[in-house]
Amino acid sequence: MLVSPATLRSHGLLGMNRRNVSYISRYNERRLYPLVDDKKLTKERAMLHGVATPTLRDVIDTQHGVRDLGKRLGGLERFAIKPSRGAGGKGIMVIRERDGEQFLKASGQALTLGSLQRHCSNILAGLHSLAGAPDSVIIEDLIEADPYFESLSVEGVPDIRVIIFRGIPVMAMLRLSTHASDGKANLHQGAIGVGLDLASGRCIHAVQHSRRVHSHPDTGVDLNRIAIPDWQNLLTLAARCHDLTGLGYLGADIVVDRNRGPLMLELNARPGLAIQIANGKGLLPRLQWIEAQENIPDSAEARAGMAMAEFGEKIPT
Amino acid sequence: MRQQPLFFLAVSVLIIIGVSMMWLRHDRLGIPLLPANDTPVWLVEARIDFVALGDETLASLSLPNDPPGYRIISEQAASPGYGFSRIIESTGRRGEWSKREATGPQTLYYKVQFAPGKNGTPRPSGNTEAPSDPQRIIWEEPQATAAADLLETARRRSSTPASLTRELIKAVQSPNDQNAALLLDQHSPQQLVVRLLNQSGVPARLAMGLKLEDARRNQSLQPLVDVYIEDSWHLYDLERGGQQGITPNTLVWHRTSGPVLDVMGGQNSQVRFSMMRQSIPALDLAQSQTSADQPLGYISLYQLPIEEQGMLKLLLLLPLGALVVAFMRIVIGIRTSGTFMPVLIALAFIQTTLLPGLTAFLTIVGLGLLLRGYLSRLNLLLVARIAAMIVLVVLLTGLLSVFGHEMGINLGMTITFFPMIIIAWTIERMSVIWEEQGAREVAIQGGGSLLVAIAAYGLMQLATVRHLTFNFPEVHLIILALILLVGQYTGYKLSELYRFRSMVEKD
Repeated sequence: MLVSPATLRSHGLLGMNRRNVSYISRYNERRLYPLVDDKKLTKERAMLHGVATPTLRDVIDTQHGVRDLGKRLGGLERFAIKPSRGAGGKGIMVIRERDGEQFLKASGQALTLGSLQRHCSNILAGLHSLAGAPDSVIIEDLIEADPYFESLSVEGVPDIRVIIFRGIPVMAMLRLSTHASDGKANLHQGAIGVGLDLASGRCIHAVQHSRRVHSHPDTGVDLNRIAIPDWQNLLTLAARCHDLTGLGYLGADIVVDRNRGPLMLELNARPGLAIQIANGKGLLPRLQWIEAQENIPDSAEARAGMAMAEFGEKIPT
Repeated sequence: MRQQPLFFLAVSVLIIIGVSMMWLRHDRLGIPLLPANDTPVWLVEARIDFVALGDETLASLSLPNDPPGYRIISEQAASPGYGFSRIIESTGRRGEWSKREATGPQTLYYKVQFAPGKNGTPRPSGNTEAPSDPQRIIWEEPQATAAADLLETARRRSSTPASLTRELIKAVQSPNDQNAALLLDQHSPQQLVVRLLNQSGVPARLAMGLKLEDARRNQSLQPLVDVYIEDSWHLYDLERGGQQGITPNTLVWHRTSGPVLDVMGGQNSQVRFSMMRQSIPALDLAQSQTSADQPLGYISLYQLPIEEQGMLKLLLLLPLGALVVAFMRIVIGIRTSGTFMPVLIALAFIQTTLLPGLTAFLTIVGLGLLLRGYLSRLNLLLVARIAAMIVLVVLLTGLLSVFGHEMGINLGMTITFFPMIIIAWTIERMSVIWEEQGAREVAIQGGGSLLVAIAAYGLMQLATVRHLTFNFPEVHLIILALILLVGQYTGYKLSELYRFRSMVEKD
């Protein structure tokens, strides 16, 4: 049932302690953390560096700003209300449609303007932020999932997690929610992790509950045939995320929008290790290869190219 | 990588300093490395507080005189500016502190060391001082009738003073005796028994005893019944029912008629006791106490008042708990809710002992989770919600104590040792985890916390560990070094060997 440490090492598996000591604390400066923990700041920096994100519609910083919420929303039909410093997807409210005075959530539940205001004022008071620190509300456009991605999962928009080390994408996985994961894209809650070939964006391996799967249990989609369209662009976007934060070891969550293409959803300074299970591969050899590089190109395109050339799979087609 | 050698140098320096200081103190001061198995020594400190009125002041404290089951090894009084003398009167020993002029709050200390007599069994009382005639007892109505009734019943069931005492104790302790209930309104059970015995012509008096428990502070004396039967005095502890004798851990402090503490020229006087168990041979202790001029003597904690020593004894266990948590989380990979919450729980377990503590903890957290489920529907803000949780946890604790008392389980004192605010936070965090990640995660993290707490408790309650952490504070340098080492561990956690098992299965 247990695997020997030597076996894990031979597979190049990165463990939690090693990640924390050798990568996160060595390559991520503490002062840069707010850039990823605060979505408002992330968005500002993203705009400076030309990284596309869901369009920001409004920011509310004060309780009295909440009173004018109706006016501020104007005719906005489809939008998401998020806490700027929410942890782990907490406090995100997605409005799909407006029906007269009513706001309809993704689940079809109707809300009044009053309950939207209460939600905002809870966010401001820090209900969803870590340690209850006061927060601000951001309102942004809803992501219109690309039809290809929409067909892959049941509910929720599939997203792609890319680990970026010193600006070079190292590993990527597509996360598909299932009924078992209750629409959430969290692997240990039962979402499917699809390991992606860095050269082509094709599926190389897929797991659910740490076990290898070949098709989506709810939709029956053949996971092995998945290939992410416009892969090079997506990887370049991921590489650019390094420039906007300066963090050496970084996780980027990317979604593909029907109209705007790949968008950076959020960044993570302490990305998890489950990506290794999804890929059936350890991170260490790739990280060590990058550590050994003396010259890392400045341009994101070149770094994405490096990743595609070095870390690609040789899949017989 | 460049800082590695420096780091290991620092760690080894810490360990070398720790070990060599331990050795030096063991060698020079004769402090044993392992807790001695021979007789433990009890160090008891009486602390007298009063407010002096500005004139001559005389405080007189009754001192233990040949207490059954214990012998006095040494005693000393510490009180700046006061003259101290021990007076042996016909009624017993008293310590007297005097000063010409004293104003404001005063604190006097009296320290005494006891070793148990032979195997700690109470010897038959050597105190045969003949009693004066039994006191005359005057009751008011309706107490007089009740007392007469009670006495009459007891007398009918008994033949000797000894059996009369037994019957009276039984009557006073029986929960549905109306007469006893009426009389107990005004007197403590012990007082009542003494009064009734005197009324029936058997000389009796109140004695005062101290329950000896390790590292207790702010204790007060417990009344005992002392009866003169067949030419000698016999003690009865009401906790033992009508049986004669006292529990082995009771130290008889005061066994004469006078008051325990008498202060002239002062008011608001009170005396409280702190005590501690030491396993150091008395001789070595005396040596280390007098060796403050030796450089090593400064580091010993024995010069502190016992009250503080008792507290430090507990505090000095904390670093070890922290080490256990660091090890369990980093090397084993057990997930706990709240990083150091397990240490605090373990510390509480030390005071409550494991099983009652565990029961109380699980009950409170379980009930708290239920109540929190309701609170979450009220849509409160975080701070208010936790504040509400604290109130509920305190109320729950109170309720449980009352309930436990009714059931005859003495949970009361033990629950209050739990850090309420930590428990409120734990409940909050658990319920958030429950909502967001499901009951399984709650079980994993809650179980993990308890496991770590129990492991820490298991280590902290070992006699050797308690002996080392207190008598050799430099052990903490070694603990610090170990924690630093654990902090540099970059290998796999034990839990990861399981988590990543699927990586290998496919081969």
